[in-house]
Amino acid sequence: MKFGRIVLAVLCASFALSSAAIAQDDAEKAIEQYRKKLKEDPWSNPGLLDADRGEVLWKTPRGPNNVSLEKCDLGKGPGVVDGAFAELPRFFEDAGKVMDVETRILWCMVNLQGFNRADLVKNPHPAGGKPVKELGAIATYVANKSNGMKFAAKLDTPQAKPVVKLGEELFFRRSGPFDFSCASCHSNPGQRIRLQALPHLSDPKEARIAVGEWPGYRVSSSHVMTMQHRVYDCYWQMRMPRVELGSDATVAIIAYLTKQAEGGEISAPSIKR
Amino acid sequence: MRNIFNAAVLTIIALAAPGALAQQAVPSADAAIAAAFAAAPADWKDRLTPDQTMKVCSEHKNHPPAKEAEEIQKRAQAAIEYPADGKFLGDWKKGESLAQSGYGLRFSDYPPTRQNGGNCYACHQLAARELSFGTIGPSLLNYGKLRDFKESEVKALYERIYNSQAVLPCSNMPRFGANKILTIDQIKDIVALLMSPDSPVNK
Repeated sequence: MKFGRIVLAVLCASFALSSAAIAQDDAEKAIEQYRKKLKEDPWSNPGLLDADRGEVLWKTPRGPNNVSLEKCDLGKGPGVVDGAFAELPRFFEDAGKVMDVETRILWCMVNLQGFNRADLVKNPHPAGGKPVKELGAIATYVANKSNGMKFAAKLDTPQAKPVVKLGEELFFRRSGPFDFSCASCHSNPGQRIRLQALPHLSDPKEARIAVGEWPGYRVSSSHVMTMQHRVYDCYWQMRMPRVELGSDATVAIIAYLTKQAEGGEISAPSIKR
Repeated sequence: MRNIFNAAVLTIIALAAPGALAQQAVPSADAAIAAAFAAAPADWKDRLTPDQTMKVCSEHKNHPPAKEAEEIQKRAQAAIEYPADGKFLGDWKKGESLAQSGYGLRFSDYPPTRQNGGNCYACHQLAARELSFGTIGPSLLNYGKLRDFKESEVKALYERIYNSQAVLPCSNMPRFGANKILTIDQIKDIVALLMSPDSPVNK
């Protein structure tokens, strides 16, 4: 009798589980189809409007110094945008630091255009429903100019290696009242929060796909979200304070993730849920 | 003698300098975190520093050696506070709404407008009718039924929610009681959600 009850309970459990899994599979298939259609017609991706806005911002003389960013060196020489994102983060001699795309653009906006760094990092990410801010739009433009290329950042250099190592340490560093780290949600395959699938970022196979999709247009908040914004949002969920854009910590985490994603194809801006 | 020493020091500096120029002084994790959250309000700063348990778990990527695991567990067990009335079962209906709510302790949650949630569904399956559940933690469907609603299991569950580290060292689950995320009464409500025969978790 008791055995029968347990069998029934297990059966019920597995039925409920599988029907939820089927619902989940259907939803994912539908999203996959949506993404496929978007790839066939790239002009249907609203994120490209921000890439265009970013291109105008890149080329327009702005800031106290009234110069464009066309002398900004993203690593392949001043003004070279094509393929630059695929080789970021990288070490920059002039700054003496490893930088990801957003941190480098920030550096150029401060050092070439004369913007005030504190102003730019004060409130750098858009609220839901508001378009990505200028820095993010420029990053979207730069990333889009590496669309279809493979991540090929040189992260094994003596300068970059310790940064990647710091990023790995931070990825596993638990803190805050919930004891969370990046690894709490991103170190196992096939897991979800509610119905949202979570990429297993310490596994290169999944990292190559997930990291290649940033910046991405997020349908649920109707704006482009950049990688720095993604990391900021994770820390928000982790019950940590607001993390600063362009800080050594966020650059290190992005360097670690990019190292995990080495060889993965860039599809930026992508479309996210 | 002193001259020789000085000359030696200068040579070392000269040899080190070219490398040092091209190298970034990479901060320690503690220093990088302090700088990245430098603008945080003073009463948030304690969130930046992991306690001993978190430190050990991070260091071992959540697979602590036996001795460390035992220390974590002992420390966690010693810190459990029990309900003053000795009762562990609250109101499962309140427990269900706590299980649904992810509100609380994020920087956008201040000043608080309602009580913190437990957000159980983010990671666990609970009631069968809720299809939007996460899979980071195990399914808790029929939790009480599968344990025959035993009183010992009720107490064990309270302890598990109050301080997950007391049961599973380096568990992914927050220490809801020990870290003051939920009150003792809220934990009792969640215990009821899992252990009451009339709760949807067991139906």
